[in-house]
Amino acid sequence: MSGVWVFIEHQDGQLKAISKEVLGAGRAVSDGLGAPLTALVFGQNVVGVAASAFAHGADAVLGCDDASLARFRVEAVGPLLAGLARARAPQALLLGGSTNGRDLAAWTAAELDAGLVSDGIALAVAGDRVKVTRPVYAGKLLSTVYVKSSPQIITLRSRAFPAAAAGGKTGAAEWVAPARSEADIPTKIVGLEAKKAGVSLTDANIIVSGGRGVGGPEGFAPVRELAEVLGGALGASRAAVDAGWIPYDHQVGQTGKTVSPNLYIACGISGAIQHQAGMRTAKMIVAINKDADAPIFKLAQYGIVGDLFKILPALSAEFRQRLGK
Amino acid sequence: MKAVVCIKQTPSTTAVFAVDNGVARWDDPGGKPVVLNPWDEYAVEEAIRLKENHGAAEAVAISMGDDSSAEQLKTCLAMGCGEAILVADAAFAGSDSLGTARVLAAAIRKIDDAQIAVFGKQAIDGDTGQTPVQVAVKLGWTPLTFVSAIKEVTGSTITVERLIDEGKETVTAPLPVVISVVKEINEPRYPSFMGIRKANRATIPVWAAADLGVNGGVGAAASQADWSHIYPLPERNTVVQLIEADTPEEQARVLVNKLFEEKVI
Ligand SMILES: Cc1cc2nc3c(=O)[nH]c(=O)nc-3n(C[C@H](O)[C@H](O)[C@H](O)COP(=O)(O)OP(=O)(O)OC[C@H]3O[C@@H](n4cnc5c(N)ncnc54)[C@H](O)[C@@H]3O)c2cc1C
Ligand SMILES: Nc1ncnc2c1ncn2[C@@H]1O[C@H](COP(=O)(O)O)[C@@H](O)[C@H]1O
Repeated sequence: MSGVWVFIEHQDGQLKAISKEVLGAGRAVSDGLGAPLTALVFGQNVVGVAASAFAHGADAVLGCDDASLARFRVEAVGPLLAGLARARAPQALLLGGSTNGRDLAAWTAAELDAGLVSDGIALAVAGDRVKVTRPVYAGKLLSTVYVKSSPQIITLRSRAFPAAAAGGKTGAAEWVAPARSEADIPTKIVGLEAKKAGVSLTDANIIVSGGRGVGGPEGFAPVRELAEVLGGALGASRAAVDAGWIPYDHQVGQTGKTVSPNLYIACGISGAIQHQAGMRTAKMIVAINKDADAPIFKLAQYGIVGDLFKILPALSAEFRQRLGK
Repeated sequence: MKAVVCIKQTPSTTAVFAVDNGVARWDDPGGKPVVLNPWDEYAVEEAIRLKENHGAAEAVAISMGDDSSAEQLKTCLAMGCGEAILVADAAFAGSDSLGTARVLAAAIRKIDDAQIAVFGKQAIDGDTGQTPVQVAVKLGWTPLTFVSAIKEVTGSTITVERLIDEGKETVTAPLPVVISVVKEINEPRYPSFMGIRKANRATIPVWAAADLGVNGGVGAAASQADWSHIYPLPERNTVVQLIEADTPEEQARVLVNKLFEEKVI
């Protein structure tokens, strides 16, 4: 048995936030199973990424450094990972619930005929099984699920696990050859338009969201201002998105993004069940709404009943002063 | 070339859930308890557009489910799919996503000249989004997930735009492909009056395990995940603390103090 494997995602030579979280969760699972933690580092020019995986707690690194892996393609990485897993039989494989992580988990499970549980928000080791807590039915219920066979493949929700801290650990990676040559990889990437700068909703520590209560596209100005003061991301309800006041990228909820920030400030949002589905796991929720009976107050720890156009500028001013901005 | 669209019946988004004896039950007092998975509406629309704009000979809807899923397949017919097939067998009950993928792959294989299989991003019950890639692997087709636009379909290739965490990626792949679509791809149409009449008269063929040559690897016994432990959310045992004061400035000051004390800033 070759222990617990974690799939590492990286950009410009740096570990992505989700991968530090997966390393942190992987460390705990490894310790629980009494098995080593191996980081999988695939890409081009990734020697530095391998060093960083060691620094963040990996006991071993299994890497592949090849031009065909320069950008993630599941038909390149999937067969590589599945082949390694077939040969070395890891007990568990953890991946981030990112777009790439989800694709790779599904590919690997299908190729190995292995069980897969996605979107874990908590893990616990019981004997040789990893019990995964995950929301189901749009977060209206919870379940504790485990994979009965091996490897146990699990994806983790972003921001649900503390990130591994960087320490002084070092080690020598083992490098393997790619599974497919460029000629055997069917998809060709012909363009990439990188995401605009700004804090992404799923990575954000703090989210300030606006709903129909902002009244129009200009109404987002005080919401955006508070988000900027706090270094947070800007969210929205579907009502505001459907009205065309703000792009769909910003939508939080069942048919938008699922977020788990430390602080979620809902402004002019009633708190419909579909909106809750996307933000209920926030550690703290603050609501600002002029209707004291709005359902959002049932979720919130703190609330202000009042007009967001009066409250938000006052909040931004107060934070600016307190944060010395 | 035909386009196939895989759709699932799910609880409505407003359904209210309860758990008894580890089984989730739900009802929707104000509406329909089950609906076409909201993400699949975009997949159905895109399959119809493949027919209208990209030369697909037909858009065929398939669903694995029980008899009641015929209702959602009729919605697909009413929107404009030309054929709909229900894939149902007692042996399929309790399948995990891999079991479902095996069944759907077998059904897609049985559809003559299917070259593009369209899926929703995820089903809102399990919320896994695992099925499309797993079906692709079982078929040996290329998966293209999170597709936000189909740019071009030629006789042998497809070019799509994908919305991934890093940004917007444009990729070309040879047919056949499995695609999963995101909301940005289109605006699903409403069923037309004529469409609804036609759908109501349609009889939907049912393919069972024997018709598909599926023999094992499906159903509860083959499921590799243990799903037996489902339970309600713990109460969020918070009572909202309303910040009251004479002026917004004073309210802001009190709230900001609390948030610093709570160390969320
Ligand atoms: C299939 C489906 C999927 C859905 N998915 C999502 C989803 O992903 N995300 C989502 O958010 N919704 C989703 N919805 C929609 C959801 O049901 C609600 O319609 C929506 O969340 C309401 O948005 P809202 O709270 O901004 O608007 P409203 O419910 O209209 O609430 C506006 C609130 O603003 C308050 N307000 C007004 N003016 C002010 C002011 N000046 N100051 C302070 N407060 C003010 C009002 O008191 C009110 O509570 C979905 C619905 C369906 C059917
Ligand atoms: N039983 C099913 N029958 C047909 N299509 C399905 C079924 N289950 C899942 N799908 C398709 O796979 C997508 C992803 O589902 P899931 O992996 O369950 O989140 C859905 O949006 C559907 O397009």
